[in-house]
Amino acid sequence: MESEPRPGRVRKPIGWSTIMIAVLVAVSAALVWRRDGTDGVLEILTHDLSLFGGILPRVLAGCLLGAFISEILPHEKVSRSLGPKSGLKGLLIGTAFGAILPGGPFTAYPVASALLAVGADFGAVIAMVVSWTLIGYGRAVAWEIPIMGTDFTLWRIIISLPLPVLAGALGRFVYVRLYPKPAMKDDET
Amino acid sequence: MSAALLIDMLLWGSVFGVGLIAFRRGPPVFKASLREGSMDFINIVPRIALGVIGSGYIAAIIPQEVISGWLGPDSGWLGVATAVVAGAATPGGPVIGFSIGTVALKSGGGVPQVVAYVVAWALFAFQRVILWEIPFMPARFVWFRCAVSVPFPFVAAAIAMVIGKP
Repeated sequence: MESEPRPGRVRKPIGWSTIMIAVLVAVSAALVWRRDGTDGVLEILTHDLSLFGGILPRVLAGCLLGAFISEILPHEKVSRSLGPKSGLKGLLIGTAFGAILPGGPFTAYPVASALLAVGADFGAVIAMVVSWTLIGYGRAVAWEIPIMGTDFTLWRIIISLPLPVLAGALGRFVYVRLYPKPAMKDDET
Repeated sequence: MSAALLIDMLLWGSVFGVGLIAFRRGPPVFKASLREGSMDFINIVPRIALGVIGSGYIAAIIPQEVISGWLGPDSGWLGVATAVVAGAATPGGPVIGFSIGTVALKSGGGVPQVVAYVVAWALFAFQRVILWEIPFMPARFVWFRCAVSVPFPFVAAAIAMVIGKP
């Protein structure tokens, strides 16, 4: 397998999404200021800063997890089993992976991003993300069962079982029609 | 907060596990991924900061009562569609989302509508998308993933209508 370190991923510093969010935040903060005054703005800021401090170590853990996983997973194998041509099996692997992944959003998204970087296609990663959010045990055990009850939660998860594969399949179906060229990138032709 | 502690232990345990595998592939592999992970972290911090601090303000201007009002007694597909919008617009974390779902169930909301709400919340809750998904994933992926997921709360509601109550 590869023993050479791969080149670093290209990172975009600020995209349109970030700008959009920044504008939305500025407008919301202004509305809060008009309604609650400076105290209201500061109260939310203090609360969110402490939340931010608590989240940071987990974000670091998630980033490291993503980086290690993308380093130790053999790329050819990933693009074979999770790439555009992996078929139903790839979607099922993505679903299973999302369902067993430990931790919260701070692990799911860095790992999903790492999988994209090492050759998984949008379809398989969509299956993974949707499976993590709908049938992953983390949130269900920590929040949904205590609040909504075991019966509802299990029943809701059973209903959700087919959705990750369907979402991944729909993703693939749309992707190859939206981006016919980039999708063929992995072909040897 | 024993659940949080458990999550942290599981999380750092996994980091340690994959780190060990990387280390056994050789120090260069280990160092490269350590550097890559730290760079990701440094790059992500400003965006997470914007998300954490920002979503607090956005949540403050969307009161919970507005959301629970949308999960009204309207049963049928219009109710499902409203539930989907409510799920996407719900501010705050899982406690708020699931509590609203529970209140809706207890106050006579239809089961398919509540399922649609919970599934839509899981798929689209704006706070999670802004706070976590957009900072970590390529923006194109996020929008694509959201667009592709739109039918599925409706599919879940349809399944719920067919198989009946829990």
